[in-house]
Amino acid sequence: MPDNSVRFTVDGRELEGAAGEMLIAATDREGIYVPRFCYHPKLSVAANCRMCLVDVEGAPKPLPACATPVAEGMSVRTHSQRAISAQRATMEFLLINHPLDCPVCDQGGECELQDLAMGFGRDISRFSEGKRAVPDPDLGPLVSTDMTRCIHCTRCVRFGEEIAGVQELGATGRSEHMEITTWVKRSLRHELSGNVIDVCPVGALNNKPYRFTARAWEMTAHPTVAPHDCVGSALYAHVLRGRVRRIVPRENEAVNETWISDRDRFSCEGLYVGDRLEKPLVRRNGRLVETGWEEALAAAADGLAQLREEQGGQALGALVSPSATCEEGYLLKKLMHALGSANIDYRLRRRDFRGQQKEPPAPWLGMRFAEVESLDSLLMVGCDLRGEAPILAHRVRKAALSGARVSYLDLAEREYLHPIEKAIAAPPGDWADALARAAADSLSGQGCAVWLGGLALRHPACSELLEIAADLPAEVVSGRVSEGGNAAGLGLAGVLPFADIPNDASFSPGMDAGLMQRQAPGGMVLMGAEPEFDCAAGAEDALAEAQFILALNPWASDWMRQHAHVVLPTATYLETPGTFVNGQLDWQSFAAAAPPPGLARPAWKVLRALAGRLELEGFGYSSPDQALADLRRQADSRPDAGPASSGGSAVDSQAAEEERFAGLQLPMHSVDGLVRRSLPLQQAAAA
Amino acid sequence: MSDKTPLSSAALSAIRASAARFPAGRQRSAVLDALRLAQSENGGWLSVPLMDAVAEALDMPPIQVYEVATFYSMFEVRPVGRHCVSVCTNISCWLRGGEELLAHLEKRLSIGVGESTANGRIYLKKEEECLAACAGAPMMMVDHRYYEHVSAEDADRIIGELQR
Repeated sequence: MPDNSVRFTVDGRELEGAAGEMLIAATDREGIYVPRFCYHPKLSVAANCRMCLVDVEGAPKPLPACATPVAEGMSVRTHSQRAISAQRATMEFLLINHPLDCPVCDQGGECELQDLAMGFGRDISRFSEGKRAVPDPDLGPLVSTDMTRCIHCTRCVRFGEEIAGVQELGATGRSEHMEITTWVKRSLRHELSGNVIDVCPVGALNNKPYRFTARAWEMTAHPTVAPHDCVGSALYAHVLRGRVRRIVPRENEAVNETWISDRDRFSCEGLYVGDRLEKPLVRRNGRLVETGWEEALAAAADGLAQLREEQGGQALGALVSPSATCEEGYLLKKLMHALGSANIDYRLRRRDFRGQQKEPPAPWLGMRFAEVESLDSLLMVGCDLRGEAPILAHRVRKAALSGARVSYLDLAEREYLHPIEKAIAAPPGDWADALARAAADSLSGQGCAVWLGGLALRHPACSELLEIAADLPAEVVSGRVSEGGNAAGLGLAGVLPFADIPNDASFSPGMDAGLMQRQAPGGMVLMGAEPEFDCAAGAEDALAEAQFILALNPWASDWMRQHAHVVLPTATYLETPGTFVNGQLDWQSFAAAAPPPGLARPAWKVLRALAGRLELEGFGYSSPDQALADLRRQADSRPDAGPASSGGSAVDSQAAEEERFAGLQLPMHSVDGLVRRSLPLQQAAAA
Repeated sequence: MSDKTPLSSAALSAIRASAARFPAGRQRSAVLDALRLAQSENGGWLSVPLMDAVAEALDMPPIQVYEVATFYSMFEVRPVGRHCVSVCTNISCWLRGGEELLAHLEKRLSIGVGESTANGRIYLKKEEECLAACAGAPMMMVDHRYYEHVSAEDADRIIGELQR
């Protein structure tokens, strides 16, 4: 304990705490239970629910534990007659206006009010007057409202002001007429606003798409990891009868604290929609028809083997979604290598690959997420952080509020919800100069960093930007906010055209994603990627030229229906075991939460079966853990830089690319197939 | 500042002057002043665009302005009659006939508390709690002006003048 520690007793136990710390924080740490509604460790103290009243010796009345700082010699009783009767009285008041609709309330079974009513409530209400009823504002497609249930703890209001950075909800009116509302008709727009569902201690704010689909105690909770951004937020998937019903955050202080983005929470609504594949598809007489696995695997293997025979292994190529698991990426890379091809890449939207072999294998932030909060200065280039990694944007906001100087270099100014040092708007052709200048001007202090975001990585001279960032003085951390949930993991798994190439004269570094998307190899394997959305602009036409197209995807996109020869139905991240590596290089493994629908199978099993069909050796894995062990061994022994000869492709015309650069913005709710199919997210994006 | 603000330039500069009296970064403390100015300029009530303009002038989220405007009974957030009449019914006035006075006005104007006359002249504000004029009970307040020892005839006369 530091010097400012104080000693006090709670229920006869000697405790130690920091002076100024609130009593409830100390009791929480020690596992002493104090009931509460409005207190939340991540929010400011409001002390308005009065549920946490405790008996402090010498105080004339019970004091709220959430707003009473600990002091030397203090003696507290949380279960004395006086404390209990104060808590019971508070409960009685709270229940005066609360409806008895627990049987139809989604919060039932996981409701703080319900739990505390069990502990502190009376059996019978002494209130015989009419209860109040409150109209429900429409907060958009994500959050449902039943405001008669609201107990005015104001957690949601404080969440908006303090965490999101934009107050969308407020408490209008007063006393009996107080209401939590937006007051004017509008939807919640902030990318973290779904968290009000979790902070709400009652059933007033709830998950709208999940409404009335399950009861909390019927579901099983499966820990998993979010796939949509480089944060890799910790999640629980709640599953009932083999279907994922909803996603809730899992606490992980080092990654997402207790928050998750709306994208991570509501993307699961895309799991079981219309074009989800339940059977393999094979093209026959120009039409894709449903088949069994035997037939589909045979068609896939034949297609690949035939091309290899006729044109050699180099005529095959593979594009991997940056949200594929490490194991999937590793197995596909191994399969391509075994077929004699090094044409494999996960950097699907990137345009410029020059100097790729000199870049660090894993695109990451260059620091731990927690370290972001203590930065002195930060420059973000082409980074829509709120859209790309909302949880990271929250960390940056915290840094900015505690004094970090945050600057942005982008095409235009965006809506930043924190104080900024500089917002530099520049046309793409000027970015390299502007980056060098801005880094010299705005980076100073103990901790400083440059991050290249999605737009910088899609820049026609991305390699120059990366080089400038890497050549900054050593004290400047150069990091990347990468696309997808596993760009770092796929980098470490060597899903790159120059990594781990067999030591064999016939092998040379392969085609990068840019090249494959301009001159497609004869046979293309697409894993988790839908060319019309997930690749660089124009790729869908070039890829359609391939003679044989094999897609491994949970859905059949329009492009696939038109062009693919075989589509093998695979599992989403919720239905496969796997590993993601996030932007701070945590290896996060997870198990499948639910079985994939129909005949769909996890991609690692599909790849294993495909390798078996092709009679390739070394694919006898009985679990993805074994593949993971292999890939980690390979990653550890890999030299830092790729072969010197493996500089990648550049864009054809810098000017033409710059012209259409603004069109390369990637809206927050368009990043991958699952997100694009989540109707609530699409409605929220359109609102 | 957007081009089309519903606030007059006089009101805007008064709001800025008011905000300048608070420490830097605490400009939103001027919100009560600003709303009072905005309301009096707008015939006694605050529209949403008007409150948004106040929010913009004081650099605060619009919802916080709505919170303040709906909290205080001095602000009206829907159209009301031009003259604001409130009758005190708290204890001293109640003992001296405040309730009867209010009932008389309701009958005469054919409106209840919280309503405005059809011609838009008079707004009978919700029953007031003590307006601190107990020595002159019963009392009523018309457009911030106090009338004490008010009889039904006095009230008729005062209202009659407002109707013109």
